[in-house]
Amino acid sequence: MNRAATEHGNDAASNPTNEPTNDLTNDATKGDTVVSRIQPAALVMADGSVFEGEHIGAVPTGGIASGEVVFNTALAGYQEVLTDPSYAGQIITFTYPHIGNYGTAAADAESRGVFARGVVVRDLARRHSNWRAEQDLGSFLERHGMAGIAGVDTRRLTRLIRDVGALPGAFAPTDGPGAQTLEQLTASAEAEPGTDGIDLVAQVTTAEAYRVGSGPRRVVALDFGIKSTILEHLGRYATVDVLPASATAAEILALEPEGVFLSNGPGDPSEVPYAVATVKELVGKVPIFGICLGHQILALALGGRIVKLPFGHHGANHPVMNTERGQVEITSQNHNFAVDPESIASVAEVTHINLNDGVCQGLRVTGVPAYSVQHHPEASPGPHDSAYLFEQFETLMADAAGATAAGRA
Amino acid sequence: MPKRTDIESILLIGSGPIVIGQACEFDYSGTQACRALREEGYRVILANSNPATIMTDPTFADATYVEPLTLEVLRSIIETERPDALLPTLGGQTALNLSMELVEAGVLDEFGVELIGADATAIATAEDRENFKDAMVEIGLGVLRSGIAHTVEESMEVVEEIGLPVVIRPAYILGGRGTGIAKTREEFAAAAATGLAASPISEILIEESIAGWKEYELEVMRDRNDNQVIICSIENLDPMGVHTGDSITVAPIQTLSDPEYQVMRDAAFACLRRVGVETGGSNVQFAVEPDTGRQVIIEMNPRVSRSSALASKATGFPIAKIAAKLAVGYTLDEIPNDITKKTPSSFEPVIDYVVTKIPRWAFEKFPGTTGELGTSMQSVGEVMAIGRTFPESVQKACRSLELGQIGLNGGPAEQRYRDMGDDDLRVAVGIGTPDRLFEVAEALRRGWSVDELYELSRIDPWFLDQLSIVVEQRLWLEQHQGGIESLTRPEWRRTKQLGFSDAQVAHLVGGTEAAARAARLAAGVITTFKTVDTCAAEFEASTPYHYSTYEDESEVRPGTKPRVIILGSGPNRIGQGIEFDYCCVHASFALRDAGYETIMVNCNPETVSTDYDTSDRLYFEPITHEDVLNIIEAEAASEGELVGIIVSLGGQTPLKLADVLPPELVLGTGPSAIDAAEDREEWAALCARLDIPQPAGGTATSTDEALAVVERIGYPALVRPSYVLGGRAMEIVYDDVDLKRAMAALSAAGTLGREGGLSAERPVLVDRFLEGAIEVDVDAVRDGVGETVIGGVMEHVEEAGIHSGDSACVIPPSTLSDETIDVLCDYTRAIAAELDVQGPINVQYAVQKGQVFVIEANPRASRTVPFVSKATGRPMAMVASRVMAGSTFGELRAEGLLGPEPELEHWSVKEAVLPFNRFPGTDALLGPEMRSTGEVMGVDTSAGLAFVKSQLAAGTAIPEPEDGLVFLSLADRDKPGGIEAATLLAELGYRLAATQGTAAALDEAGLKVEQVVARIGVASDAPAEAGEPDAVMLMNDGRLTIVINTPRGRGARADGDYIRTAAAEHGVPLLTTVAAAKSFAIGIGELRETQLKVRSLQSIHEAVAAASGTVSGSGPEVDR
Repeated sequence: MNRAATEHGNDAASNPTNEPTNDLTNDATKGDTVVSRIQPAALVMADGSVFEGEHIGAVPTGGIASGEVVFNTALAGYQEVLTDPSYAGQIITFTYPHIGNYGTAAADAESRGVFARGVVVRDLARRHSNWRAEQDLGSFLERHGMAGIAGVDTRRLTRLIRDVGALPGAFAPTDGPGAQTLEQLTASAEAEPGTDGIDLVAQVTTAEAYRVGSGPRRVVALDFGIKSTILEHLGRYATVDVLPASATAAEILALEPEGVFLSNGPGDPSEVPYAVATVKELVGKVPIFGICLGHQILALALGGRIVKLPFGHHGANHPVMNTERGQVEITSQNHNFAVDPESIASVAEVTHINLNDGVCQGLRVTGVPAYSVQHHPEASPGPHDSAYLFEQFETLMADAAGATAAGRA
Repeated sequence: MPKRTDIESILLIGSGPIVIGQACEFDYSGTQACRALREEGYRVILANSNPATIMTDPTFADATYVEPLTLEVLRSIIETERPDALLPTLGGQTALNLSMELVEAGVLDEFGVELIGADATAIATAEDRENFKDAMVEIGLGVLRSGIAHTVEESMEVVEEIGLPVVIRPAYILGGRGTGIAKTREEFAAAAATGLAASPISEILIEESIAGWKEYELEVMRDRNDNQVIICSIENLDPMGVHTGDSITVAPIQTLSDPEYQVMRDAAFACLRRVGVETGGSNVQFAVEPDTGRQVIIEMNPRVSRSSALASKATGFPIAKIAAKLAVGYTLDEIPNDITKKTPSSFEPVIDYVVTKIPRWAFEKFPGTTGELGTSMQSVGEVMAIGRTFPESVQKACRSLELGQIGLNGGPAEQRYRDMGDDDLRVAVGIGTPDRLFEVAEALRRGWSVDELYELSRIDPWFLDQLSIVVEQRLWLEQHQGGIESLTRPEWRRTKQLGFSDAQVAHLVGGTEAAARAARLAAGVITTFKTVDTCAAEFEASTPYHYSTYEDESEVRPGTKPRVIILGSGPNRIGQGIEFDYCCVHASFALRDAGYETIMVNCNPETVSTDYDTSDRLYFEPITHEDVLNIIEAEAASEGELVGIIVSLGGQTPLKLADVLPPELVLGTGPSAIDAAEDREEWAALCARLDIPQPAGGTATSTDEALAVVERIGYPALVRPSYVLGGRAMEIVYDDVDLKRAMAALSAAGTLGREGGLSAERPVLVDRFLEGAIEVDVDAVRDGVGETVIGGVMEHVEEAGIHSGDSACVIPPSTLSDETIDVLCDYTRAIAAELDVQGPINVQYAVQKGQVFVIEANPRASRTVPFVSKATGRPMAMVASRVMAGSTFGELRAEGLLGPEPELEHWSVKEAVLPFNRFPGTDALLGPEMRSTGEVMGVDTSAGLAFVKSQLAAGTAIPEPEDGLVFLSLADRDKPGGIEAATLLAELGYRLAATQGTAAALDEAGLKVEQVVARIGVASDAPAEAGEPDAVMLMNDGRLTIVINTPRGRGARADGDYIRTAAAEHGVPLLTTVAAAKSFAIGIGELRETQLKVRSLQSIHEAVAAASGTVSGSGPEVDR
């Protein structure tokens, strides 16, 4: 293979080890055009917008990658984003143009695989550089069967999604092996159902229960698409039983947890009524902490209402006011739905507010040991400002245990 | 928390003159702070000695003191104004140090002034290396491992703990003698022994060496509620070992994973908390070991810094403005984000582009310097470029530098790198120099691998690979067959996306730049402009802040008003600095007030002009032909009329484009007038027509021609290239040997060819040098109906032959007769009329024995415009910009923008500030090549006091007679004047020392010489000097307190060179002309009688206006 000059780094994909690919420099003198070595690809959106680019990563399953196209504005942390199960069903656009600069490392995986449908970047690093790196991003994508498109005007795409809301799209190579026509792509984009009305949680939750952590507390975590950094946090003070999303309240309580954690996950919370029913039974019986989808499920269990946001929140730089501390936290965010604060006003108080748009970002249930946040205190990627929320869970469990003990006495 | 209501007035201290390490970024920060605080209703008192700044414009503060930044002066200002608070963090190190002095001297306590923004403890913790390190260890942050040893045995124990390589520094040694680096145990044992021997107390500090580590910076903001955010993360392309101000830097960080970055972010926050930065912006620097990821904190600045300016421009987040608001009590969440309008400032900007900063140096001005970069900053300016990717951004930055590079090589300027042998190149890429980036590109062109280059340079492989992508594309272009016309759209698109200029493509494929542009446009590849919006398009933003790239859509939204494009002045350099930014910013304000939409183009991140709210729209772009044409295309595409482009306010950078831009769009004086002033023959003919005497002279394109000219006009002669600003390569020659050497240097192209371009069309000018003449600068503006207004007549304190930019000058003239001044004004009017100037003009004269000779005229704004405006109260740049857009003086008078002829009852002196202390070993002699980096202004009721103030402001301490001796060494022609100065000083009680000849002359004049000083290096066999010390020895002993040493003309390295160099090193006041010595002596005398008084510009201008018969003299009342 001629590795000389693919701007966006397919060549790196052919180099599964971490060795630098440096037989590069003079190939361009050998005559054939740089452009001819790029496999053109296109992304077509459901509104008909076409974005030119080039193929990267794996060949799309079924020839075309399609899904709801969303964006993330984090400057680093692409691997964490790609492995976050919350992106199931979606095509992720990174707004930062250079992606893959520091490679990938097993330690940065947030789950067992990649659940997104595809990735859109402006530029995939041809060569990565970082002592932690074990594999380049191109190879990582291939290994996980993930297709991508590079060379896209991702800013134009982001502006489009921002203005019209999350929009289905489809992409594939448009020349060479596996080429698709723009018409085929348009048809795929139009046929793509998006994430509404689909139980994406069922696609990403664990099939079997498993146990992590070795701390003294006992926690049950309901896996709606849980990120491994969350388990790391909980595992510091608890032994965590991770149960499938379909676990019933009885199954959970049978494990005698000191706390139940409701995880993040993909999609619309109204598609997981079984989880809402479960949580309804748990509230008041055991301390609860929810994140993201878990936060929305808790709100639904309290009788609250969920609204779809015009653009959603997709970055690692959102200011959130902790109304109890009066301090601002810079948070990692990834959600299109939010809790309507009015709808829970009688049963819970709002503890966190997004300062950009006033969206409810956290709640504490009145008189009951349960709280949740919309953003991601586990960060990964993103700032550690909200990590204290995990300590709060420990305190909540300790207090509950103390109260129970006191009650018994 | 709302803003504080318990304070009403706030004192801000500026950073003083532009010096290396402290440039116009503090004008940016000070200006933003003034605006922000006044917006909040505070009374703002500003102290800054630098007249070229925008912040010292009287409309930006309530009371503006252009006074020396010394403890005594600040005390007077505080005593007069009684501010409630002092904000010390926006004027660089100067303001911070001065504020600490005020604290320590008890001045703030005495007058009840509160330090806001950072308290004294915090400043002390951050500024003291040991305190800082201890504090960081205390909070558990990684720092450099180090230890102290007193014996070789101890040192071996220490190094066992630290590990090699290490740096060994002997204690109590100035200047780094005995410092060593050891990579092996053997080297260490030797270096430790040497270091112990060098230290008077037998003590060495052993510190691990981090040369070659990766370097990072975080720009942090903190409010009183302990909310902290990172505004911008920066990665240095150059590894540790090169000062960050001298490093190529890139935003955001490119090669850190998120877990690593978040650890760094946490560390930065912890650092600010521990240091105790109460509110505001800080810069925290880290080093990271590439192979292990180990992070150590290097240092922090508890104030707005050069990096803050870069971070502001890189992200669109106005750090200085927000810092000012935080200092008066707001919290981040209470301040709206200007750009989105809808979101608060308590967020972390994200960007969807790459920013590259490249410094610009001036080593060519300082012969004897090595050009090697190290831990002390040496650059004089910088450029920033924005691209969607690093290749695009770095190429744009390269062409912004104006050093002849039209990108990352790929043009004629790369020849010098191609000429290097492999061995030389291998050495060169391992040393940080201004050329390294281009040498690395050349090495990549030769096929050297990224790994090999990484080993040599320690530039991160990611950056090297990105550079390699650019180089591969240039190789591909060079191989391309079929000419420019055959490049396809995808090929063009890819090429342009990698940042190639049309000129580069033309050079590599073959053809002209115009043909390349035409082919590109025919292929359908047009420039798109994206927006800097702090949020990577997540939110809608209306920011009028754009950069060019080659993508699918353009976001520029021109309005419907008539528009004017103002071209800025590019990177700061010696000869072209902040003064031109002042002019451009004033033009933008004036034209905006007059109803135009103003569009600024510039690539200098330190400036006020590149604040996105200075103009209606900002293009952060290189100022090249292609880039400006692209902007014209974007701006011409909408409804409102594009009235034109202003090229004459930004110095030589935009003026060079006057010839190639569409002529109908160039506002003001036409390109033909610019050529007429530059072209020797035309200019001589013009002067002859007007009957204005010129020094005899001629032009030459060869040494023989030059000799022929001198044959006619005689020596001494002044030789200089045409079309060059700042006196680049100007020289006074006294004989044929000198002349031949100077001509050889000029025709060898070399560095000169990179800047000005020397050719047959642009010959060398050879003029008779008028020895002993007084030089005079006149700034004027002429309108479209033929009226000329004289802005100011400036008499130079230094004699003709010293570059005007390096010379002190005084308004009004202190020794010229009224008749002479009238002649100067008449000549200026006549020249402006003959050139058909519409806009600003600067004319330089030499007055020899009452006769006026014209030296040259420049139909553009000069570097003295801001000084003139501040001295007279007339906003000359504003007036000039309006005139260029078509207004007449009549109209401007009616509006109130132009007041009547000012009646001056005060004197203003401008003095240059020179960077010799940064370049030890360089001769501190002033000459026709400009070498100053900045200027200060002294204002007072007499010329002498104003001169002394200007000297104080320039950092010269006024010594008392008992402190030591005044040393005189005078050229024969200077002896009469020198004796006058010496007499004045002796009357004040100063004691004299002099060289033998000068001593004889002084003795003859009846003055006592206490110490005869030997010539340097003279063997003691010279009877009269036997046993006497030389001047350098005396200065080393601290016995000389003032040096008056006038040049003797000859080029060879004479005594004077050593004396001046030593004076610069020891900070001894050095006067190189008799005129300056006299002014100094008179001023000191007057100072004895009256105490130094301070007075605000507003008060001075009011007095001028009252005397001239108008109400207001500070220009229009404009709400900024």
